[in-house]
Amino acid sequence: MNEILKFLFEYREAIFIIILSIFLGIEVISHVPSVLHTPLMSGANAIHGVVIIGAIIVMGHAVNVLSMVLGFIAVVLGTLNVVGGFVVTDRMLEMFTKKKKNQ
Amino acid sequence: METIQTLTKTFEFSEYLSILEVSYILASMLFILGLKKLSHPDTARSGNLWAAVGMGLAIVFTILFHKTKTDDGSYQGIHNIGWIVGALVIGTVVGWMAAKKVKMTAMPQMVSLFNGMGGACAALISMMEFPKMQNELAGSQAVNMLSGEALAILLGLMIGGVSFAGSMVAFGKLDERLGDVKSPLLRYINLSFLVILFAFVIFIMLKAPVAGENWMIYTLAALALIYGVTFVLPIGGADMPVVISLLNSFTGVAAAMGGFLYNNQAMLTGGILVGSSGTILTILMCKAMNRSLLNVIIGAFGGSSAAGPESGDKTVKEISLSDAAVLLSYSQKVLVVPGYGLAVAQAQHLCHELENLLGSKGVELKYGIHPVAGRMPGHMNVLLAEADVAYEKLQEMEDANNEMNNTDVVIVIGANDVVNPAAEEDPSSPIYGMPVIKAWEAKNTIIMKRSMAKGYAAIENNLFFMPKSRMLFGDAKATLQKLVSEIKSL
Repeated sequence: MNEILKFLFEYREAIFIIILSIFLGIEVISHVPSVLHTPLMSGANAIHGVVIIGAIIVMGHAVNVLSMVLGFIAVVLGTLNVVGGFVVTDRMLEMFTKKKKNQ
Repeated sequence: METIQTLTKTFEFSEYLSILEVSYILASMLFILGLKKLSHPDTARSGNLWAAVGMGLAIVFTILFHKTKTDDGSYQGIHNIGWIVGALVIGTVVGWMAAKKVKMTAMPQMVSLFNGMGGACAALISMMEFPKMQNELAGSQAVNMLSGEALAILLGLMIGGVSFAGSMVAFGKLDERLGDVKSPLLRYINLSFLVILFAFVIFIMLKAPVAGENWMIYTLAALALIYGVTFVLPIGGADMPVVISLLNSFTGVAAAMGGFLYNNQAMLTGGILVGSSGTILTILMCKAMNRSLLNVIIGAFGGSSAAGPESGDKTVKEISLSDAAVLLSYSQKVLVVPGYGLAVAQAQHLCHELENLLGSKGVELKYGIHPVAGRMPGHMNVLLAEADVAYEKLQEMEDANNEMNNTDVVIVIGANDVVNPAAEEDPSSPIYGMPVIKAWEAKNTIIMKRSMAKGYAAIENNLFFMPKSRMLFGDAKATLQKLVSEIKSL
């Protein structure tokens, strides 16, 4: 019991952010029309590419060849996720906005 | 560096770290606003751009200002900047080209592929961080690895690995490189795998750390990859959008684990935001199909015993191309109900041609879009938009149903379950309760199908046998082509 309380106290800031972000995530997209499900999923997909920051940090402090190689791959994969995700989403949404302007 | 003492914590202040934190707050705000804007049609595109700007900000500031405390107490910035920038350039060029070149119909598998990349990235980070932490703990004679950091590393590897392997399988299925593997045995294998995965994580954490002992982390990675494969393999191809959405939120959680590990607020908020909104999105998608998430994952659909009404002696009526052409030309209101089959046959451009042709004859043609038509919710709208179909021609299901009584002809192209009357009439049907487009209420119904094969739900569709329904067999694209030339020659 004590251990759990210690854990909660030690990480209270992170836990606080996690709880608030969960509610925020639910709140932000709960009334989305089904037309936008795919672009929204794709956009969210690009946002979790934020994991690339972790890859940059590991790569930035890599000391041996193995971690250099793995870090390099991680940064490439993370960039693919970010760039590919945002560009694909933009292409999908472009279709919608183009049509709207034509009216 | 100046030391500041607060009630609970000692932390060091530096301009660099402060600037970095501010950039992370800005990035988090842009993520939230971007996601918010993405959920409204008018602002969606700028929302995507905002989120991208936030991401760029976080990446650039991390490279410039990130510092880590080393063993001797000094602070070190990011090294290997040349390599990092090189990797960023490679990823950007490849990602950009892939995203620009991909066909609109192949969009879902592309999203799945990119999602897998993110999962793999998270897993790799954990693979590199684990030995570091293990060696440190072993050096300090720790008896176990019970800590938040260890948990974050192990869960990051587990979730990232599952997400990567699962996304690759989903990609394979959507790209039609992989078929469905339906085996009730797989259900139990999956369940036990899940238990083993968590048990192994706990085992690693309880074990005394030994410097340089790497078999555990590799075993965990392998287990996670295998589970990812067996998790997605039995799920039907038509359910892949739900699975991708679910794996998408998994990757979000894996990214958040990294944020927890590095005490990095941008990763934490970004990851959790995607994790929670992705979960809600997954549930919304399931609701649009009137199914529960559990039902999708276990895949009871199709395999269930519900046989539906007998169909032995029922016959369908066919309609000839010329009859169909005449019928359409002398109608006033025509509604096209496009489905999965239309997307596969890539017949959306021909649909638009038919629309223009009929339009020149004074026939009003609209499209009735079921929320789950296509390969992903909203996918059909994108496909038709790509074929230059005007936005106002697309009708949501409710509007289409309201006007159904005044509609002269409904053309069902490559759709099946979304126009099945059993959803309204037969409480024993597995799709009972799912909202459907009421094609049977129109004055005439023409159904374009390749064969009498059942839809994904593997149930009989009574619409085909109704008195007002007539079938036009053949490949959607070829049939539409013939229909168009037939109408032209009238």
